Amino acid sequence: MDHGPAVKVTEDSVVSEYKTRVGLRFFAIYGIIFVGFVGINTFFPKLMMVRVVFGLNLAVTYGFFLILTAIVMGLIYNALCTKKELEFENASTEAEAHS
Amino acid sequence: MIYTPSILATIIFSLIVITVLGISVYFSRQSASSKGYFAAGGTIPWTVNGVAFAGDYLSAASFLGICGMIAVAGYDGFLYSIGYLAGWIVALFVIAEPLKRLGKYTFADALDSKFNYPGIRLMAGISTLVVSVFYLIPQMVGAGALVTPLLGFPHYVGVIGVGAIVIFIVATAGMKATTYVQFIKGALLIVFSLVLVISILNKGVSTHPTDDYHEFIRLDGTVTGSVVTSIETSGYVITGEYSSGDKTFIRTEKEGVERWWDAQIDGVSATLLETLTVTQKADSEILYNGEPKEAEAFYPVGHMNKIIVDGEEVEDTGALGPFKYIETLEDSEVVRFSKTSFSYEGDSISLWSQEITSGSELMRPGLKFKVDKGSTPLSKMNFVSLMLALFFGTSALPHVLIRYYTVPSPKDARKSTILAITAIGFFYILTMYIGFGAMVNGVLDVQSSNMSAPLLAKSFGLFLFSVISAIAFATVLGTVSGLIVAASGAVAHDMMSSLFKGKEISDSTRVVIGKISAITVGGIAIVLGILFKGMNVSFLVGWAFAIAASANFPAIIMMLFWKRTTAKGIVASIFVGMVSSLIIILLSPSMLDKYGMAADKALIGLDNPAIISIPLSFLTLIVVSLITGKRKS
Repeated sequence: MDHGPAVKVTEDSVVSEYKTRVGLRFFAIYGIIFVGFVGINTFFPKLMMVRVVFGLNLAVTYGFFLILTAIVMGLIYNALCTKKELEFENASTEAEAHS
Repeated sequence: MIYTPSILATIIFSLIVITVLGISVYFSRQSASSKGYFAAGGTIPWTVNGVAFAGDYLSAASFLGICGMIAVAGYDGFLYSIGYLAGWIVALFVIAEPLKRLGKYTFADALDSKFNYPGIRLMAGISTLVVSVFYLIPQMVGAGALVTPLLGFPHYVGVIGVGAIVIFIVATAGMKATTYVQFIKGALLIVFSLVLVISILNKGVSTHPTDDYHEFIRLDGTVTGSVVTSIETSGYVITGEYSSGDKTFIRTEKEGVERWWDAQIDGVSATLLETLTVTQKADSEILYNGEPKEAEAFYPVGHMNKIIVDGEEVEDTGALGPFKYIETLEDSEVVRFSKTSFSYEGDSISLWSQEITSGSELMRPGLKFKVDKGSTPLSKMNFVSLMLALFFGTSALPHVLIRYYTVPSPKDARKSTILAITAIGFFYILTMYIGFGAMVNGVLDVQSSNMSAPLLAKSFGLFLFSVISAIAFATVLGTVSGLIVAASGAVAHDMMSSLFKGKEISDSTRVVIGKISAITVGGIAIVLGILFKGMNVSFLVGWAFAIAASANFPAIIMMLFWKRTTAKGIVASIFVGMVSSLIIILLSPSMLDKYGMAADKALIGLDNPAIISIPLSFLTLIVVSLITGKRKS
């Protein structure tokens, strides 16, 4: 049994596909960085002792970097998606005006 | 540890609880329909939803568990922070918008919308229920840990109290009240954690962390053969010896009080280092450092052994910047306390001995997760398994999934997720400072790492302690409320629809079933919260992540991105993921220890099942989908 949507959702499939494509690419980039982190921790834990920046070692620097990268990539993703959604909305408004 | 409750703490705690209950009563009138009860009518603004997301996610595991684990095991605790945060990337980039576009109430609705197959709804409902219960256990354990120092009540009173309040919130008001409780608590948690971190940095580190910090005694002993035979300090008489691995502990008696010492033997002499002990006598009497509880002889611990700043040894650093604080800890030495349990002459003894640990060891992986010294392929696999569970589990947690349905559009789902990531990421950076601050400020309760953050706050004054503890309690309330809404939604919507196939269930009946489910799940959580007392809450949450990642994640991801996925493939995948992860958890070394059995007898030596159960679930889905898809065509 289907309870129906909690809210009605309408969106152009081109916009949806664009967002999915961008999302998957961003996920792949972050995934590689995360796998690198887990890999070093697992197989080369002593490498994490190396001092990198501001007196912090690689373990702390890489950890902070992962957290900050998640935030920055999230903001970029939102900006790209919002831009595409606005383009679609403007095109829809123009099309309605012409008709 | 021995705690004395305070009036100020009680007043602030009561104010927070009354506020939470007030919000519930206020919103109870707006949740008569099932849409209002389970998804707040899809009307929550993205800004509120984003902070509520953070409030929901920053549970007892994040605040109490991670800070506690960092305080005990250093950088390894911070790995939980990184894993929890990284999981949001999967939620944001892969799951949030596509799932929102399907526009339903629950995870099962979303799966069922593609296949309209009753087995999916039942299986997804069961999985939601199981994950929610596993996530509820640590929240309840956290609640129990909090009320003891805050109000002076025993652990079980805290668990029952949280259960009762949350059942009231959820059974009266549903998702809207839950959202606003999470919003307020999330905002307060981040603000006051920042205040705590500023206090930590402003204080810096010292070899004498507080004015009343215990001075650890050292005794000199004489060794004959390899046995400590006498103590040079007068008044101490040796009454026993216990050896475990490379450790030797000596029992002494002085003025009728028996104490245990860690003997560091060097040729014909020995240095005896003071330990902390909890002794359960054969007649059930419990002694703390050899004395009854009332003597208050059991003290908080955690201090620097040696502080090095810019190559020079100092006793006190004064205020430090955020980077300098970490650098200083890394260059210095900390005294940690490691636990040994044994039986001696009919007494059951838990002993914590001093362990000088270099900062460089603390600031890299290895103290908890065996990836370096003493590691085996299995121990490395255990670590990778945990990180997999955290990375893929977040986006499959029922109380996270349900938040995508409380906002009006996919755009709002995305924006609220990004706001949540920012708030959660910022908070997780703070956990690093709170955890290490607790480690070196003489506040740790060796019996429970869960109270590290609130006890650290106590060292900066009773007001900060009261506020932080009350927020932590509200943290538990917020998260437990969200989980119980998700669990009751699973029963009322998914399992009922499947069990009463073809029969129409009215909207109001669904809400009633949801409320009865909330009370039942709350009751189960209370019982389990009492049984799991003392285990680190972040460790327990790792299990919930593993089950979610194994049962739900493969189903969601394949439904969204693999066109050949079939309904039977989804059902089989959820079943296999859930059952395999549960079996591995129930037979894990940690659970064997809980059953009172030898942990090294575990059939599969993994504490986290994800590395086996996630691929197994994916494989099942692919194989079953290919077989059933072929038959259909």
